[in-house]
Amino acid sequence: MERIYLDHASAMPIDPRVLEFAERYLKKDFGNPSSLYSFGLEAKSAIEEARGKITELINAEKETCIIFTCGATESNNLAIKGTAIRNMAKGKKVAASAIEHMSVLNPMKELQKGGFKLTIIPVDSMGIVDIDKLDSILSKDTTVTSIMYANNDIGTIEPIKEISEIVHEKGLYLHVDATAAAGRIPIDVQNDGIDLLTLSSNDMYGPQGAGSLYIKPGIRLQSILPGGGQERGLRSGTENIFAISGMGEAARIAKIEMSQESNRLKVVRDKLVTEILKINESYLTGHPTKRLPHHASFRFSRIEGESILLNMDTLYNIQISTGSACYSRTLEPSNVLLAIGLKHEEAHGSMVITLGHSNKIEQIPIITKAVKETVEKLRKLSPL
Amino acid sequence: MVQIGYSKKVMEHFMNPRNVGTIENPDGYGKVGNPVCGDLMEMYIKVKDDIIIDIKFKTFGCGSAIATSSMVTEMVKGMHIGDALKITRDDVAEELDGLPPRKMHCSNLAADALHESIKDYKRKRKKQSP
Repeated sequence: MERIYLDHASAMPIDPRVLEFAERYLKKDFGNPSSLYSFGLEAKSAIEEARGKITELINAEKETCIIFTCGATESNNLAIKGTAIRNMAKGKKVAASAIEHMSVLNPMKELQKGGFKLTIIPVDSMGIVDIDKLDSILSKDTTVTSIMYANNDIGTIEPIKEISEIVHEKGLYLHVDATAAAGRIPIDVQNDGIDLLTLSSNDMYGPQGAGSLYIKPGIRLQSILPGGGQERGLRSGTENIFAISGMGEAARIAKIEMSQESNRLKVVRDKLVTEILKINESYLTGHPTKRLPHHASFRFSRIEGESILLNMDTLYNIQISTGSACYSRTLEPSNVLLAIGLKHEEAHGSMVITLGHSNKIEQIPIITKAVKETVEKLRKLSPL
Repeated sequence: MVQIGYSKKVMEHFMNPRNVGTIENPDGYGKVGNPVCGDLMEMYIKVKDDIIIDIKFKTFGCGSAIATSSMVTEMVKGMHIGDALKITRDDVAEELDGLPPRKMHCSNLAADALHESIKDYKRKRKKQSP
């Protein structure tokens, strides 16, 4: 049976053009970018070329605003801990929305243990940040406020520009995790008013093992990984040239192809949502319109998400994700689903679909049938 | 090597669960778990001369919750209730060639549901006999 992969938020295949572009750094051009011989300089120029491509994708002021890391988790950690600790003299408060990724929430909780005050900003039932609440809790000593561009579990896109105005009026810096949004919808750090922006290579069809952090000129951070002083001293360690170079190329392709590909996937997504919502007691989670174009998320009452995942994979070779507790490492349901007001038993029945290059409109009847049969099968087993 | 994911036996029971359903007027009924936690199991038994002659279950929960329910029903059909009461969560997990560590406690409730149904049977029997 042909695989139908619907979990692009978890991992994405590398674009063959990206692989072709960057594989020379795995195969032969392995020089250390810090070495002065020509071989090393070539590696250095590959990194700078990638930096330029990321700069263009997000319309950063200049190339030096971009710091490469090993991925979004590291970028989020650097943005939050690095900024909060370096700017401690200005205040010891941080804030984040309730639907942030663990790589934002957990560094914030770590700061809290170190004496910072953390405030969690609630979201409404669609996942949109409560603007009034944000306005009321921020103060000049809130050095870092972290709100994601769009959410990976429910697809909701946040009103970043509006949020940015409030943060800059009441607080200090705005960090935006754009892992789920980048390469899917346009991002312009200058127009959106973003101070720190996290990107992930793999979430744009680049290789795993690279990420980046945009830092607006003038903002000072402390390194969280001291060492040999690479990346302006903010991120030491010999650069992963293959992954960085690939991330740059992925960003270049995304800038050119994003709009067309997102429009194509939106058509597939909308049709899929219409079909799946025909199932009894099925509900869309997240915002119906302000959502990522490739993202569809649901919940089904009386059944559990890990069972949905296993049955879809085993019987139909279709891979989806879920926010169920039984699927998580912590055995807690997705913080996002609880934050939008779902009860625990409702959050357990969630299913998340994230589309990508390989998905086509022709797959919809197969997917719909698989979901319908899976839900029916599990409901027959359910005592509820 | 550390076991990754579910064993073949767990998947086999999850995909083709045995003894699914309910029994009308059961001799014993047990219910454990809670949908809030993500697992809820109901066990129905029919008993004759202290032997479990029929058993059915309904489960809301993850792969291991469903597989352990199915497995325990298969293990105790035809068994004396005294022996069935001795079956532990670990026995069920072992019969399934193991469960991932984090699943051992939360979704391995099938033995508990079975015990509850047997206790219910004993209570009912006590009431009936003068």
